[in-house]
Amino acid sequence: MPDPLLAVEGVSMRFGGLLAVDQASFAAAPGRITALIGPNGAGKTTLFAAISGFLRPTAGRVVFDGADVTGLPPHRLARRGIARTFQIAQPFAGLTVRENIAVGAHVRHPARTAALAAADGVAQAVGLARDIDKPAAALTVAGRKRLELARALAIEPRLLLLDEVLAGLNPSEIREMVPVVRSIAARGVTIVMIEHVMQAVMSLAELCYVLAEGRIIAQGAPQAIAREPRVIEAYLGRGAAQRMTGEGADAGA
Amino acid sequence: MKAYLPIAAVVALLAAVPLVTSSNVVLNFLVVALLTALVGQGWNLLGGYGGQYSFGHAAFFGTGAYVTAVLQVRYGVNAWIAFAAGIVAGAAVGAAIGALAFRAGLRGSYFALVTLAFAEVLRILASVAPVTGAGVGTLIRLDLRWQAFQFQSRVPFYLILLALVALSLVLMPAIARSRFGAWLVAVRENEDAARALGVDATAIKIAAMTLSAAITAAGGGFYAQYYLFIDAGIAYGPWISIEALLAPIVGGAGTVLGPLLGALVVKTLGEATKLVAGDAPGLDLVIYGGVLILVVAFAPRGIAGLATDAGRWWARRGKTPAEAGHA
Repeated sequence: MPDPLLAVEGVSMRFGGLLAVDQASFAAAPGRITALIGPNGAGKTTLFAAISGFLRPTAGRVVFDGADVTGLPPHRLARRGIARTFQIAQPFAGLTVRENIAVGAHVRHPARTAALAAADGVAQAVGLARDIDKPAAALTVAGRKRLELARALAIEPRLLLLDEVLAGLNPSEIREMVPVVRSIAARGVTIVMIEHVMQAVMSLAELCYVLAEGRIIAQGAPQAIAREPRVIEAYLGRGAAQRMTGEGADAGA
Repeated sequence: MKAYLPIAAVVALLAAVPLVTSSNVVLNFLVVALLTALVGQGWNLLGGYGGQYSFGHAAFFGTGAYVTAVLQVRYGVNAWIAFAAGIVAGAAVGAAIGALAFRAGLRGSYFALVTLAFAEVLRILASVAPVTGAGVGTLIRLDLRWQAFQFQSRVPFYLILLALVALSLVLMPAIARSRFGAWLVAVRENEDAARALGVDATAIKIAAMTLSAAITAAGGGFYAQYYLFIDAGIAYGPWISIEALLAPIVGGAGTVLGPLLGALVVKTLGEATKLVAGDAPGLDLVIYGGVLILVVAFAPRGIAGLATDAGRWWARRGKTPAEAGHA
């Protein structure tokens, strides 16, 4: 594996008596899609917040492109090339889609006209071209997810942290979104995605990390991960893996 | 260019008033209204565009007024230079309060209360410090020469104030079309999302507050020259903080002409009240309170918002839906 673009080294996040993330380590190879999965409350979004500067890790290091960026504020990380989307879409509701995207584009394009032109290009890439003049508040859930993606892309990131961009979408919307994510990776943007839609994880990610109760409990190819007893237990409870195989054996008999 | 046409029209209309009438009553009314518009335009930049609701713009108005007056009276500085220094000092106070409040992460009502507290502290300091004339106040010596920023007639005062207002009006669309403006509005709409996109929200808010304070301080400096007297209650009193936010909210916060519209409406109502009810103290504040409640309840985007809606309705009227969609 080449030098990772992002390396998370033993990051912990403690809130008082709650250890939300416990010495989590993982790495994202440049140009690849890495998935971060795990049950609800495992600490995935908290870990993203620690990587993207919204939270300062209690312990551990975040290394981006060889430099220690632990604890830098979000806007500095964004300018270095780390973009994130939010699990619950956070549009600038009073602005149009184009203006929303231009906020991100302004990081690389100080002039208004250049930023707006760049915004048009990004909207095209994520399939928002038709809605470009709509107010962001008028978008559907799927539209808002695309807008999250578009804004993040507008800062021309090298690393994109996607927090459940597929959540809340119906199956046909997911089928439309998956190629969009794939095309972003194809252009050389490294992606780390938190995702619950396993079908999408299987088809997109090459490497998958499983976070449960704040700890990375497994890593590997998505297909292999899905069969790991530890992973099944993390989702379904202790003994579930054994029961499932046991029941399988019963049914066969 | 289109954004500047309404500004040019309004300013030209107001500039023509002295050609039509030389009535001191009319000019005095317009000076009072334009002063509120100027102070409100300062508030509008931070509150309307930036979404940071200050209850303490008196801190900047008062600093502008006191620096303009005290530099002349105590240190013999030329009035125009003192006026410019007042604007700079107001901006500095804005930057300082902004840095303290925004670095501490204060938002919403916490920010509003802190600005109110700063204005009150300054008012109390000004009412005891010898340099400000303490409880007696500061009187600028009468010197009716233009070099001293004083005029026999109200017309030059009026035109200078109108020029200041015009400048503050032109500034708004210019800011709205800049990266700074785009980022300021983004911070208003969703601060976390803005930060994730590379916007240094704290720096943007401090910059907006500095500029906002400078505009409002210009109003304070003008006040000192026009009335030639200030004391702590006038300069740093809550009345000016209220006017600063009332005008833009009534007229339409975050719009270019909102503060001017609001100031004219509010001041007209205030004068009308005086005509009807005599000079009962505090009655105008009761009216302001009523107007504020009505606006917040029925026209949250102010008069400018109502006008936009009416314009859309007018454009759509009598057309088929298809045509309207086309237009």
